[in-house]
Amino acid sequence: MQILGTKQLRDRKVSEKIVRIIIKLLSDINRKIKIMHVCGTHEHTISKYGIRSILPKELEIISGPGCPVCVCPAADIDKAIEIGKRENTIITTFGDMLRVPATNLSLAELRAQGADVRIVYGPNDAVKIAKENPDKEVIFFAIGFETTVPLIGYEIKINPPLNFSVICAHKLIPAALELLIGIDQLNIDGFISPGHVASIIGTTPFQLFSDAYHVPNVVAGFEPNDVLMALAMLLKQIKNKEHKTENEYTRVVKSEGNKIAQKIIADVFDSVSSPWRGIGRILDGGLAIKDSYSKYDADKKFDIKIEKSIDIQPGCSCHLVMTGKIYPYECKLFKKICTPVNPVGPCMVSAEGTCAIYYKYG
Amino acid sequence: MESDVKGSKIIRLAHGAGGILQSELIEFIVKGIAQKNVNDGIGVEELDDGATIPLKNYDKEIVITADGHTVFPLFFPGGDIGKLSICGTVNDILMMGAEPLALSSIYIIEEGFSFDILGKIVKSFNQTAKEVGIAIIAGDTKIMPKTTLNEIIIATSGIGIKDKDIKICDNNLKAGDKIIVTGSIGDHGAALMAKREGLNLSTNLESDLAHLKEIYLAIKEDIKQNHIHAMKDPTRGGIASALNEWSSKSNLSIWLEEDNIPIKDEVNSICDILGLDPFNIACEGRALIAVAHNYTDKVLQKIKATKLGKEARIIGEVKSEEPKKVFLKTIIGGTRFVDMPLGESIPRIC
Repeated sequence: MQILGTKQLRDRKVSEKIVRIIIKLLSDINRKIKIMHVCGTHEHTISKYGIRSILPKELEIISGPGCPVCVCPAADIDKAIEIGKRENTIITTFGDMLRVPATNLSLAELRAQGADVRIVYGPNDAVKIAKENPDKEVIFFAIGFETTVPLIGYEIKINPPLNFSVICAHKLIPAALELLIGIDQLNIDGFISPGHVASIIGTTPFQLFSDAYHVPNVVAGFEPNDVLMALAMLLKQIKNKEHKTENEYTRVVKSEGNKIAQKIIADVFDSVSSPWRGIGRILDGGLAIKDSYSKYDADKKFDIKIEKSIDIQPGCSCHLVMTGKIYPYECKLFKKICTPVNPVGPCMVSAEGTCAIYYKYG
Repeated sequence: MESDVKGSKIIRLAHGAGGILQSELIEFIVKGIAQKNVNDGIGVEELDDGATIPLKNYDKEIVITADGHTVFPLFFPGGDIGKLSICGTVNDILMMGAEPLALSSIYIIEEGFSFDILGKIVKSFNQTAKEVGIAIIAGDTKIMPKTTLNEIIIATSGIGIKDKDIKICDNNLKAGDKIIVTGSIGDHGAALMAKREGLNLSTNLESDLAHLKEIYLAIKEDIKQNHIHAMKDPTRGGIASALNEWSSKSNLSIWLEEDNIPIKDEVNSICDILGLDPFNIACEGRALIAVAHNYTDKVLQKIKATKLGKEARIIGEVKSEEPKKVFLKTIIGGTRFVDMPLGESIPRIC
């Protein structure tokens, strides 16, 4: 299949052409197909452009645990809240972390109670705030997958001021894919893998995965026709009974990834077993700051103990939504009790959360 | 609990962002008002751009609007808080189909604010009022101790006058109406946000801040003849908020064509970078106009002949099926809902 030029990424004629290919492939395959993506930004693209509405019903796209905000455990947020309650602290984080309900509060509620909580676009902004406020402790609440990790690693490496520290809640994607494959009755025919993660780690980790589990995988970009193209590529593999990792996002992703970014990650972080909200502890599922940089590790600096945290409130089905077992509208709380204004679970909070996206785009 | 608004015990920033939370806040404030309208005119409960007082024994009615203005930064590409205060008030009067007459102004100022900056704001305020031809006839000032207010707030109340039989309001859409937007959307919000975030994108994107009197005058005859059913300036919450209000108050659906909605490339880029939706961010000099379908072309031509309305376009139509919803046919041919924004525009992570 041809590579899309940048002008074709949102071109309706190109979309229609790919959809025709998809319909043909589906009729050749002649059964229901279930594709999972594991990225909030892919869900955003699918919903924003109404992609499901132009695809045949036999092709089902479900979303896996791809929202970094959603899989961040309540205990980590509770930790940020406890630190933020102290005098002379400034908590900084990405915007959609603000409203995620933790055990008792969200960071937005903490801010409304008078704590200094600020939205930043990246850790460099947090370091800048630390330099401007030498008499305050500035904590960056770091979430995200491999895409955001190098940014934080870089800031830690270049000697930020000592009043800057990081709550490290980073997660890693390949381990999560492995876990999903092991879930009973999931029956996934193929994966769309996140292009931005692959731009850092390359396609090899995904290749190992499709080799080991015989599942087709396509690394895709985030424009509507990227996603449609990835679906067509997956269907072609399914039709031909292949199980490769292919790269649809060649304009950004190289098979070896970004070596400089990989080195920064390896220099600053260790991979550790890590709790994912709604999913449980995943082996090598997260990162921790290496001992050599412990002076920037808020965990060590502030010595906060969270006695008991609640990840999933009673009645909430976020864990089932995140593992692709049910659709948001199959949850009893969806749109009735749980809304983006008053989210019960994390999937309703983040703009990337599956429930929030289903709520918004229907 | 009396002070508890659907689970919120305190006011959050999101309560002021033009979405569902803001509606809950307003309901909280308004529900205890004993008398909510005068002479059966439009009152506080309708939550329209303004209210009306029909004058007994005359064929006219008075239109009243109220507005509080805060903006950061006070001076932004394409305008400042002074101009914003006049335009916001005047546009609300115009969007009711009324002729602006006069307004009052209240300046609430933080201790320590400089006369130099105040002078610039006042000059811009007065100059814009002169351009519109609206009188400033009453006012007040208050000074707040340092740090109890951030710089300055300007509050205005506007008065206009219109014929009683002109009916232009949010619940007045009719199936078959076409919806016109008078120019590109989201310029104001995007320009401000780019400036706030220090995004140096080497663009000349400016706020669309303007008063809409020129457009009002161009279509005044159609307003009188009731060819126009609703008008709204999509400020906070953007066109998503404005169109959802129309569809839900009118009990009809609105169907938009994404291809036809004018959005500047810079606005799309800024929104992509900051993780925002152009449909949800504010315009300050645009109007959405719902026109009876047989008059659409005529009205569109009149708007396009104005300086401000050159880029005006038909972006959608009103239907009776699936009431209270706004649909969008996307650029790749898919269909989705356009929902009421919820609150504070929060950027997405990656």
